[in-house]
Amino acid sequence: MPDALRHADAARAGALEPVPFRIRRVTPETRDTFTIVLAPPAGAPPFSFRPGQFNMLWGFGVGEVPISLSGPPGEVREIVHTIRAVGPVTQELHRLGRGDTVGVRGPFGTAWPVDEVAGCDVVLVAGGIGLAPLRPALYALLSERARFGRIVLLVGARTPGDLLFVNELAAWRGRFDVDIEVIFDRAAPDWHGLVGVVTSLIPQAPFTPPKTAAFICGPEIMMNFALLELERRGVPPSRLWVSLERNMKCGVGLCGHCQMGPLFVCRDGPVFPWERVAPWLAIREV
Amino acid sequence: MTETLKPILATIPLFDGMKPEHLELIVGCAANVHFAPGEFAARQGEAADRFFIVRKGRLALQVHGPGRGEVTLLTVGDNEVLGWSWLVPPYKWHFDARALTDTRALALDGRCLRGKFESDHELGYEMMTRFVQLMTQRLEAASLQLIDLYGTNA
Repeated sequence: MPDALRHADAARAGALEPVPFRIRRVTPETRDTFTIVLAPPAGAPPFSFRPGQFNMLWGFGVGEVPISLSGPPGEVREIVHTIRAVGPVTQELHRLGRGDTVGVRGPFGTAWPVDEVAGCDVVLVAGGIGLAPLRPALYALLSERARFGRIVLLVGARTPGDLLFVNELAAWRGRFDVDIEVIFDRAAPDWHGLVGVVTSLIPQAPFTPPKTAAFICGPEIMMNFALLELERRGVPPSRLWVSLERNMKCGVGLCGHCQMGPLFVCRDGPVFPWERVAPWLAIREV
Repeated sequence: MTETLKPILATIPLFDGMKPEHLELIVGCAANVHFAPGEFAARQGEAADRFFIVRKGRLALQVHGPGRGEVTLLTVGDNEVLGWSWLVPPYKWHFDARALTDTRALALDGRCLRGKFESDHELGYEMMTRFVQLMTQRLEAASLQLIDLYGTNA
């Protein structure tokens, strides 16, 4: 089917109309980041999504933003988003509380290829808020743990106070079947853990490069250096995936705000095979 | 003593692929050291007469400033290297190095090594090449820390 018709279908199917979800819970994560749990309207079918996908969230009267789903994937009765309050819409969402309404469109976009990497060691490299879009992938990997080799999560954050999902990370660290390292850009002397950049964890991380796949999410500069280190270790470029962030508006590849060369990040991404986007990321004007 | 350290040195990534005769020369400058948690391995301004390779534990590179207290810039763990001031005049530590955990390390005598580099330029070139790689990695990391990757404007 031609793209234009497919897009028109998506629009007709209601992809551009927000559905009013109610806030069930709000949990502060850090000084500027919070997690909200949203419930669909009564009688609505269960919400279904794959790890790495995103929703457009509407702060009524302010605007709309693309936010990755950060909760367990699959068919769910409530959805989870972890949001950093940095602009007008996210600040409005931060202001809301239990029982308030948020408009939701989605889920949109591509997913982390969890099935495709079965049998591989899987390395997740997360920087800052990039841990949120990777969390559903980790849930998926752990839910079928026997299908994968080693699972390694490398997390970088600005300071210990900026770390997301602190309790959950501590719980995962207690497992014997997943390796987790957390590192901060800077820390006070009372922090006895690692200090440095997340990419510095890659050379010694416990995985076998030729049979490893990596999912990377964070600031683009961080991802570039992480990719370099992974390739230096010998991870095949064909098994590297990144999640990109662009100025997404419609979510269905109609408006062109997030266009990157021939790709629409909202429709063809946000999760891309590294080899597919590398040529376009190298062009500043795109 | 040096007999026992050679096989240990051979397992350290810094010395990957190094000729056995070069390793033999280096091992003559190496010694085991231990630092208790909180103990300084080096102090800013002191003579940088050695560098460290952590065998087990964690060392922090720290700087102290008025009103800021101590700030940790970098931590170094198992098999990683700390210190290159021994290579660069005036051979003084620019930062503090402090053990965060009980730490066993190899200390390599900088003056001893520099003497061997003078008489064996191939060994000197080998070690310089390896330290340039290390410095490049640290410089890249420091640049990423400097731009505040995860800040609001990231």
